[in-house]
Amino acid sequence: MKKIVSVVWKPLSVVLLLYTILAGFLMDVPRLNIINETIRALYFHVPMWFTMITTFSVSIVYAIKYLRKPDANLDLVSVEFANTGLIFGLLGIFTGMIWANYAWGSPWHGDPKQNGSAITTLIYLAYFVLRGSLSNSEQRARISAVFNVFAFAAMIPLIFIIPRMTSSMHPGNGGNPAFNMYDLDNSMKKVFYPACVGWILLGVWIATVRVRLRKAEEKILDLEYEKTK
Amino acid sequence: MKKLSSILFALLLAIPAYSQEVEMADKLRSEGKIYVLVAIVLVILVGLVSYLVVIDRKTTRLEKRLNENKRP
Repeated sequence: MKKIVSVVWKPLSVVLLLYTILAGFLMDVPRLNIINETIRALYFHVPMWFTMITTFSVSIVYAIKYLRKPDANLDLVSVEFANTGLIFGLLGIFTGMIWANYAWGSPWHGDPKQNGSAITTLIYLAYFVLRGSLSNSEQRARISAVFNVFAFAAMIPLIFIIPRMTSSMHPGNGGNPAFNMYDLDNSMKKVFYPACVGWILLGVWIATVRVRLRKAEEKILDLEYEKTK
Repeated sequence: MKKLSSILFALLLAIPAYSQEVEMADKLRSEGKIYVLVAIVLVILVGLVSYLVVIDRKTTRLEKRLNENKRP
């Protein structure tokens, strides 16, 4: 079973993303005023955030694992998943700005969810600044693992709770109806869910390649160190 | 009478506005131009994923070489 999963998940990601583009552009969507055809951005903008949340979750899990049992490899996984998550978060912000410019009238609307995601991005950027400022590798791994836990704990209210309590213009937030209210025959879910799975798998794929490269780099450094001895 | 007619006139104006369909890119679709966009985005996706596959394989080769290089 484990072997099947390890062989299938990368092609599955590609198949789901191909399906997302074909169905996302060509299938019917609810006809709504103001957003019109741009409702299709749901298939591309929102999965960025789901991928970010997934990779940040993996990152915090490995940060906690490191704090329980200090091992440099656990720290590597934590860093590279945070790195990938940051890229997807930035893609989410930029795609959101393009959509907001059309639907809300300006790219930065001061929407609580926009601000919350911007603050989250800055917190995770600070994570890398913090890592860059510490030269002792054990100290760097330990302190940044603690920071990682706090960064994740800050992200939850910033993205999930505050926008729902205030007047966010995001669907499903601040008393706004979510898209599934208009999506009467659930046709959008048939594209949206596969899209999320496809993008999440792609994000994890990129992160694992980065982790493997970093581990190889560490090995090379070890070999060089042994030669000098 | 004048008031009544103005209300009727306003209603008459309101009817087409109310029954108007939401504007979508139906013309673009009927002309088949949407397939141009789909093809372009597919090329970008396939290109980037192939690039990722190449990087993935390169990493596997590097890992193999490093494992062979290990001390006996």
